[in-house]
Amino acid sequence: MQSKLNLNRELVDRARQSAANIAADTQRFIDQHTTVTVERAVCRLLGIDGVNEMDVPMPNVVVDHLMANSILPVGAAWYIGNAMVETGLDPQGVAEAIDRGELDMSKLPAHSDADIRAAINPVVEKTITRINENVRNRNEYLSCFGDKEGPYLYIIVATGNIYEDITQAKAAAKQGADIIAVIRTTGQSLLDYVPYGATTEGFGGTYATQENFRLMRAALDEVGEEQHRYIRLCNYCSGLCMPEIAAMGALERLDVMLNDALYGILFRDINMQRTIVDQYFSRVINGYAGVIINTGEDNYLTTDDAIVAAHTVLASQFINEAFAKEAGMREEQMGLGHAFEMDPSVEDTFLLELAQAQMAREIFPNAPLKYMPPTKFMTGNIFRGHIQDALFNMVTILTGQKLHLLGMLTEAIHTPFMSDRALSIENAQYIFRTMKDLGDELTYKEGGIIQTRANEVLTKAADLLVEIEKLGLFTTIEKGIFADVKRPKDGGKGLAGVVVKDDRYFNPFIEAMKGRVAE
Amino acid sequence: MSSGLYNTHKIDFDTTLDLTKLKPYGDTMNDGKVQTSFTLPIKDDERGEEAARQIAKKMGLEEPNVAWHMPLDKEFTFYVVYGSCVHTVNYEDIHVITVESDVMSMEDTNEYIREHIGRKVVMVGASTGTDAHTVGIDAIMNRKGFAGHYGLERYEMIEAYNLGSQVPNEDFIKKALELKADVLLVSQTVTQKDVHIQNLTNLIELLEAEGLRDKFVVCCGGPRITHELAKELGYDAGFGAGKYADDVASFAVTEMVKRGMGK
Repeated sequence: MQSKLNLNRELVDRARQSAANIAADTQRFIDQHTTVTVERAVCRLLGIDGVNEMDVPMPNVVVDHLMANSILPVGAAWYIGNAMVETGLDPQGVAEAIDRGELDMSKLPAHSDADIRAAINPVVEKTITRINENVRNRNEYLSCFGDKEGPYLYIIVATGNIYEDITQAKAAAKQGADIIAVIRTTGQSLLDYVPYGATTEGFGGTYATQENFRLMRAALDEVGEEQHRYIRLCNYCSGLCMPEIAAMGALERLDVMLNDALYGILFRDINMQRTIVDQYFSRVINGYAGVIINTGEDNYLTTDDAIVAAHTVLASQFINEAFAKEAGMREEQMGLGHAFEMDPSVEDTFLLELAQAQMAREIFPNAPLKYMPPTKFMTGNIFRGHIQDALFNMVTILTGQKLHLLGMLTEAIHTPFMSDRALSIENAQYIFRTMKDLGDELTYKEGGIIQTRANEVLTKAADLLVEIEKLGLFTTIEKGIFADVKRPKDGGKGLAGVVVKDDRYFNPFIEAMKGRVAE
Repeated sequence: MSSGLYNTHKIDFDTTLDLTKLKPYGDTMNDGKVQTSFTLPIKDDERGEEAARQIAKKMGLEEPNVAWHMPLDKEFTFYVVYGSCVHTVNYEDIHVITVESDVMSMEDTNEYIREHIGRKVVMVGASTGTDAHTVGIDAIMNRKGFAGHYGLERYEMIEAYNLGSQVPNEDFIKKALELKADVLLVSQTVTQKDVHIQNLTNLIELLEAEGLRDKFVVCCGGPRITHELAKELGYDAGFGAGKYADDVASFAVTEMVKRGMGK
């Protein structure tokens, strides 16, 4: 791709190096720790599922038991493997025995690491095989129908009822949507467990459960076969259960996952130590399962000013890229986020939006960038809103954004009606069709507003990254540098679920998945 | 069907404005013209169009014109309909309760506090209940404010605490007591099935149950909030779209003084 912005490549390299140093520094902390949800994810991948009589998910039963006996630092895999050797039960059997109070993991004699590995390995392989099959199915669909060129039209459903979601999602897919995201019910990100089964009650969204994933996946495959297109399914791998949601997504063939610890820290007040450890394992899983992750930088601009804080978005994209690399993820899976959120009453903001989007495109050439529509300056004037969305659509097609979240004319009024989505898809398709190659025809004036802006933002981002490198990521967040939100290192939710790993600790799924993609 | 572009109808209605019989205006006084759009769960054909027309008639639209229809799915069709509304309202009889306080600038508010209250005013805000959206409360509280109106955090004489989103009402009250709040600000942005009303009602009930209602000036805000609704629910004031930090601050500090919560 030929640069339209005349970006200072040296500065890009320097910023990338700073981000790599920041991530590596944080990775040392990550490597020393595990969390309750990381271990529950291990349980899930070992086939532990279902709920007990009190509706407590079985992975929680096991991990709560390990936590209560202060043996979580050794990890769920070691203890489950040990119990398998001792009792001959499978992991689900072990979990059920714990639930009945018949098995106290802390009282079992310790078997050798080799025996434990031998017991666990076949179960790990079975799960890996299932994920491989999922990825193979996705690849077959894609090679049969072909993948969409140009932006993926990404829409949300949010009825609270999975069956109603399916009706809406199928209609949207037929209208042209390429990615269906099922918004989670408000508050799920703060639950330290994943609910079970098909659900029909939710507020502002639908519970992410493995059964809901399965139902929606089947529905989208059905409509995709009718339409001869592969319809991607997206959910939210964020909050207090990041790696568990990633595990469920890998098992049920989700394609796209919101997956950003910084988002959880800043906007859901989740403890930073907890979520940064959770993010790592979730990205390893997502990486292996061929899932495109979405990062949440766009949200900074809902609380901070998009013109003033543009460089924080870029800096955070660099950091998110570095963390994804630490988890062994390929660039093609990094849906780095940003948004069209500048004040429409300011002159030339369209140019600044163009500069920002083009800059992201050139700095992260292989990443399927996630571009969010205007929300902050949507007013309830649906007629102007539809035009704001049109301008946003233009930036996408001019700059090659990939995961294109459709803006709704009724943003700020209600969760989308079926007709809102249809109008929005029509708007985007019209612009993408009639301006398909316009981007290729355009070059930007040497030293003009667009080039100057992009280089300014890049310079500020590179400087900020140097500063973060000195402070460390945790202190940076404590100082409120991102999104103008301050979060203390020991504050927020979920810190109690973080433990320092024991020497015997192992996570067989990180060993099997990291740096690989299922085929 | 007429395209609607050229109206050759003879105007057979009185075209003088009568505020006791107020009607929508298209391009001629009292023509009653409105547009509406909706989806029906039926297939897109002539019968569906007729259904849309009949729905419009029942909504009080004369001569409904189905200007546009398109299928959203096999059994869902979207309609855009124009028509002339038969209903009127008596504008002269309409009285609306609005927040009655003069809006002061940031500097004037600071000065007012210094003079009449003599100490910093503590305002605690949150998006309460299940609402995850902070745009509303942020627009009012964040230092930089919104649309050129500085937020409460910037007011020298206001100590502003933004507790963020999804704050349970119980925690909100607890925190308010801890911080010795004078003013509580509750934001409700996105709502489904009127859950915001239940949540807003619940806060007032909790405050009353604990005998705390009089200790605070309590305001709510959000796109679905009107001052009238807020009063009905037991709040001191409600702020809808287009209201900013200065509206909220001016009301809150004058209300405090009115209630003798100052010096």
